[in-house]
Amino acid sequence: METMTIDAKGMHYTPLNKMIREAVASGVREIVINNVLGQRFIANGLRSNVRITITGVCGGDLGMFMSGPECIVRGDCEHAPGNTMDNGTIVIHGSAGDAVAHSMRGGRVFVRGDIGYRGGIHMKQYEQKRPVLAVGGTTHAFLGEYMAGGIIIVLGMGHEVAVKDRGIGSGIHGGEIIIRGDVEDRLLGVGATKVKFSEDDLKRLSPLITEFCEYIEVDPSRFLDTGYTRIIPASSRPFAGKYTWE
Amino acid sequence: MCGIIGVIDRTRARMDGSSIKKALSLMNERGSGEGAGYVAYGIYPDYPDCYAIHVFFDNLVEPKSKVDEVLHKWGRIVHQEEIPTYEQPCLKREHIPWRYFYKPYTEFIVGSNNPAEDIVKHLVMTVNSTIPGALIFSSGINLGVFKAAGWPEDVADFYRIEDYKGYIWLAHNRYPTNTPGWWGGAHPFNLLDWAVVHNGEITSYGTNRRYVESNGYKCTMSTDTEVVAYLFDLLGRRHGLPSEMVVEAMAPPFWDEIDMLPEKEQKLKRTLRLTYGPALMNGPFAIVVATSKGIVGFTDRIKLRPLVVGENGSRLYISSEESAIRVMDPDVKTIYMPRAGEPVIGRFVQ
Amino acid sequence: MSLGSVPLKYKISIDRDQCMKCMRCVDNCSYGVYRVEDDRILIDSRRCTACHRCISMCPRDAIMLQEKPVDYRSHPLWTAEAREDIINQARTGKIILAGMGNAMDYPIIFDRLVLDACQVTNPSIDPLREPMELRTYLGKKPAKLEFTKSDKGDIELKTELAPNLKLETPIMIGHMSYGAISLNAQLSLAKAVAKTGTFMGTGEGGMHESLYPYQKNMIVQVASGRFGVDINYLERGAAIEIKIGQGAKPGIGGHLPGEKVCSDVSCTRMIPLGSDAISPAPHHDIYSIEDLAQLVRSLKEATEWKKPIFVKIAAVHNVAAIAAGIARSSADAVVIDGFRGGTGAAPKVFRDNVGIPIEAAVAAVDQKLNDQGIRNEVSVIASGGIRNSADLAKSIALGADAVYIGTASLIALGCRVCGNCYRGLCPWGIATQRPDLVDRIDTDVGSQNVANLIHAWTLELSELMGAAGINSIESLRGNRERLRGYMLDEGMLNVLKVDPVGA
Repeated sequence: METMTIDAKGMHYTPLNKMIREAVASGVREIVINNVLGQRFIANGLRSNVRITITGVCGGDLGMFMSGPECIVRGDCEHAPGNTMDNGTIVIHGSAGDAVAHSMRGGRVFVRGDIGYRGGIHMKQYEQKRPVLAVGGTTHAFLGEYMAGGIIIVLGMGHEVAVKDRGIGSGIHGGEIIIRGDVEDRLLGVGATKVKFSEDDLKRLSPLITEFCEYIEVDPSRFLDTGYTRIIPASSRPFAGKYTWE
Repeated sequence: MCGIIGVIDRTRARMDGSSIKKALSLMNERGSGEGAGYVAYGIYPDYPDCYAIHVFFDNLVEPKSKVDEVLHKWGRIVHQEEIPTYEQPCLKREHIPWRYFYKPYTEFIVGSNNPAEDIVKHLVMTVNSTIPGALIFSSGINLGVFKAAGWPEDVADFYRIEDYKGYIWLAHNRYPTNTPGWWGGAHPFNLLDWAVVHNGEITSYGTNRRYVESNGYKCTMSTDTEVVAYLFDLLGRRHGLPSEMVVEAMAPPFWDEIDMLPEKEQKLKRTLRLTYGPALMNGPFAIVVATSKGIVGFTDRIKLRPLVVGENGSRLYISSEESAIRVMDPDVKTIYMPRAGEPVIGRFVQ
Repeated sequence: MSLGSVPLKYKISIDRDQCMKCMRCVDNCSYGVYRVEDDRILIDSRRCTACHRCISMCPRDAIMLQEKPVDYRSHPLWTAEAREDIINQARTGKIILAGMGNAMDYPIIFDRLVLDACQVTNPSIDPLREPMELRTYLGKKPAKLEFTKSDKGDIELKTELAPNLKLETPIMIGHMSYGAISLNAQLSLAKAVAKTGTFMGTGEGGMHESLYPYQKNMIVQVASGRFGVDINYLERGAAIEIKIGQGAKPGIGGHLPGEKVCSDVSCTRMIPLGSDAISPAPHHDIYSIEDLAQLVRSLKEATEWKKPIFVKIAAVHNVAAIAAGIARSSADAVVIDGFRGGTGAAPKVFRDNVGIPIEAAVAAVDQKLNDQGIRNEVSVIASGGIRNSADLAKSIALGADAVYIGTASLIALGCRVCGNCYRGLCPWGIATQRPDLVDRIDTDVGSQNVANLIHAWTLELSELMGAAGINSIESLRGNRERLRGYMLDEGMLNVLKVDPVGA
């Protein structure tokens, strides 16, 4: 398999993405990008099964509209990695900013550290396409707001309480949010409801949790129990009762 | 709108402006090349007790003679000079930046706790609202704002900010909608000891503006950010609120959060919200405010704008993007995101 | 205590002498106004929406419709509507939903503007015999050109032109999503724009595969719900439009109710069957102007800078400054949607009270961009309540490059502006997903009607331009000299930058 290494120091994102596209077109299946600092849109709209390993801090919208590649980030990400992503995997070994996995349609975003506000906002699913956002650390307010499908998992590593910010699943009408430990009722958003995390859920999600832990290089065994809270929509039509006809 | 970055050295060790220029340039995607600026504290040690008044003059004839006249009326000009600038190919010189080092005559007014500051505030308001062709954009002691319409690196080179050394720096990369090309519209905004950089738009501007105007401030910059400087001046200086309380008044907790607090704290927060309701700032914003005593950064109550904090020993950084901090300080130790409305405060160690 | 019922909105009556009992009215009414008992057609007027389907299908003109058949005590403030809204909300405690555009009686600025014509000092042009150019390019234009000299001494163009859309006429069809309208409605519009050399918008509901043959005439929309958005969709479009807001409901999102999400809509939008399709009020990756620039550049980056990007905003108070910000974002065109713009459903309070008219908005945007010296670098598209070729000509003279029409194109498909789109029972097969109703549109006939409309307006625009001595659309654009205001106040004239009649 052909590998290519790019030193992105001081490089603008357009030539960087052009290099990536040309490499992919010429059959490269492994790209290493070093010294990334703030470049936006890396792997934007890219269709391929290439693996991209990035060292540094990625700018906003890493892998937006991406369909297929695997991006491994040894570092942090700014705003919205996995934005409207279609397929593939993003693994962030550091932390990420607000709106991670915004409107994500498929594929997986794995973050070892914390993420900011509105993580997984408006993720949606269709048939076999079920996006996954898994977070090793904590998340801030409005997690899974407007969520219309897919799965969010928050492990809360390094935090006493996995999630302590308000508005979890505000307006959720599809999908599920799985949070390690208990979640205070007052933190649930409008239209979100808390249910028990059952043995069946564990059975169903164990492979995913295990895979996530392997990607972020954490021993999964301590996360394979039913010590989670599961948050789901109270209805698939959260705003149906808001209106009357003229 | 825009990208912001600020740094404080908590031991008052002074830094030159070269690294913040690089950091701001890294965030050029956030700007449009139509406004950038810097403010630094501690840059005028030779005039430690003078107000450094920076003025944009359209020409050095009528506007300047009028400014000279009001300054002479109210105090003594210790020194004045054109601010040194260096032509840049991509920056069109719209004004002549000038600086006065100034001491007001404090015995001229009564009924003021701080006559010097009140006089300087009065001068700023008077000059900016009545003298065409003159705009005071910086008016604090031992600090200075350097701004213009252009890309961050061009503005920095125009003023050669690497020649200045300060213990606090704030910088701002502007993406204007309303007043592109206007130097006065660039950030930072400054009044007396307060300087502000701001990313976002304040939807409560009309309300906030009425409130500061009813307290004697005049909004002359056609932008929502100046109101932040005036609110800090009003609440922080004139009402004497500590920085945490000023931030709390501007970005208070939600009522349902207040309702859950223990009685005493609930009462404090309720009273603060009721008293300073007109100072509540709505809309998306990330703001860093500086004074000679430190810096404070905070976002709106639902975190609609990004803000990242970095620390390395005595240095505290606050920025729109982590990458900008890492450009300034590749060895930065801690990076984190403050929660919505939570003030990040950098104070000097004793 | 019960509030009782409010009076009928419409009263239907059948002239029994004329009626031949063909039952077309019974078959055509999807609202259930008519039913047959003992060979007699019975009428339930309360169900009537004034969609005119029955009237238009009646071979004997036997059906009569009367609006507001019951009087209230007249009162200038407490109109029947004010009273009925209160009764409705007292019953339900809910937000009132309404269809189509702004229904308040605001003055129409278009109707207070008059166009110019040549007399003596310059000749009018006869568009039938002389060249008349309506071709319009939408997209970024360079501020100035740079040339180089080759070794041989030839002058060569150095400046690269960004991709532009080429329109044969400055009339496009605005974004109405699959879901809000039917596939047959979209197909009719698509065939019409392909025929007339112009473009239509997909709306925010993705692109159904039966529209792929027309994709080179389609502008794909990316709205806050990101429905049906993936890289394939982005690459299909001739251009990409970011929808920030809509004139009928500035500042709020929308949602397609679950009952309209049938299997085909679900597949096009890529969401589960029967689930509400919720478009949040903002794009949650755009909370500020620099974030918009980020999305614009992200879309460009994803499509390798090959597609023009439009940004559509609702006409609101600060529209000019916002448009100026958009113009700096790498966007190629700004779409301004005035407060008379149509919609399938909007909260009535928004539809009728929020936003400003397109005439003022487009003039203010044109002026602001002009003041900033960047007007020609971006295109401006006006929409929201354009009813005829005169509105089109006036929009262009006020500074638009082109217009989007929405409601007008639906009227060409049968819509009678009854305003009940949100109920999903449109008897014309437009705002519905019910297969039997959708089938009422024959897309060949429908597309011909829409194409006829575009063609007729294009002819009229040519005539108007010819009369004004203009033979190329660029010369009408922003040309306030060819407009005068009639009975407009000074403040308004100043915003429009138009002189009063006689001046």
